[in-house]
Amino acid sequence: MRILISLVSGALFGLGLIISGMTDTKKVQGWLDIFGEWDPTLAFVMGGAMLPMAIAWKATRVRTPLTADKFPATNTAGIDRDLIIGSVFFGIGWGLAGLCPGPAIASLSFGGSSGVVFASAMIIGMLSTRRLQTFFSKTENTTKTLT
Amino acid sequence: MPMDWIYGLVGGVLIGCAGAFLLLGNGRVMGASGLVFGMFETIDRRIWIENLAFVSSLFIVPMLFVRPLNIGPTHASENVIVVAIAGLAVGFGTRLANGCTSGHGVCGISRFSLRGIAATMAYILAGAVSVVVFKHFLGAI
Repeated sequence: MRILISLVSGALFGLGLIISGMTDTKKVQGWLDIFGEWDPTLAFVMGGAMLPMAIAWKATRVRTPLTADKFPATNTAGIDRDLIIGSVFFGIGWGLAGLCPGPAIASLSFGGSSGVVFASAMIIGMLSTRRLQTFFSKTENTTKTLT
Repeated sequence: MPMDWIYGLVGGVLIGCAGAFLLLGNGRVMGASGLVFGMFETIDRRIWIENLAFVSSLFIVPMLFVRPLNIGPTHASENVIVVAIAGLAVGFGTRLANGCTSGHGVCGISRFSLRGIAATMAYILAGAVSVVVFKHFLGAI
């Protein structure tokens, strides 16, 4: 049942992404391009997605998930450094290629070699994150002990 | 152009329904970056299969519908270096921030999460600066 729900959700997500035009990098970059020919499509996509999601979050207050005991706990970390630095890195790459993780997978079958290179690099980036984090926290600790 | 906005709205509602379905069905937040990453690093085998099901579906369904729905090309840059650097930045950034456009944006903002709103503002701002620098100053895209 949980696998079936995952399959249906992935299918709806994929359909939504291609219908909305979010697999077209020119539309995404057009939305970010405030000094060029601005394309508002992404705002409509975000707005459209908010409606069902807001209703779903409201429903989480009065019921439990169909196949689980409870809903995921809220991340209580607050707005920390990793959240902002990570999002800035993500934004730079997003603007540069016009692709984010969802559309990258959704367009993998028809996006040609660029799409494959992007998705591969993205996965390499994801897998190396923890290693880089440990490296940086180590160097940070060393500098702290040195000073 | 207004036709594009209608498609955007319809597609957006579908994306929202996908997130709502996963949340109310499995009690999970639909974050594309987390689900993709989860295929490579999940200790729980049950969760791993769910992630695999979601990502496979996200890959296969557009493949089947791209022709019938007459979906255009991605217009992605042909420059391998640009695309590779962008991919690395997106992969690293979404893991560090623990979410991307779907997790922080769609699922976060709709529950009025401060983390989601802050992350979304940060990546949109960085994305806009990125387009201005790479397109208008460097001409790389």
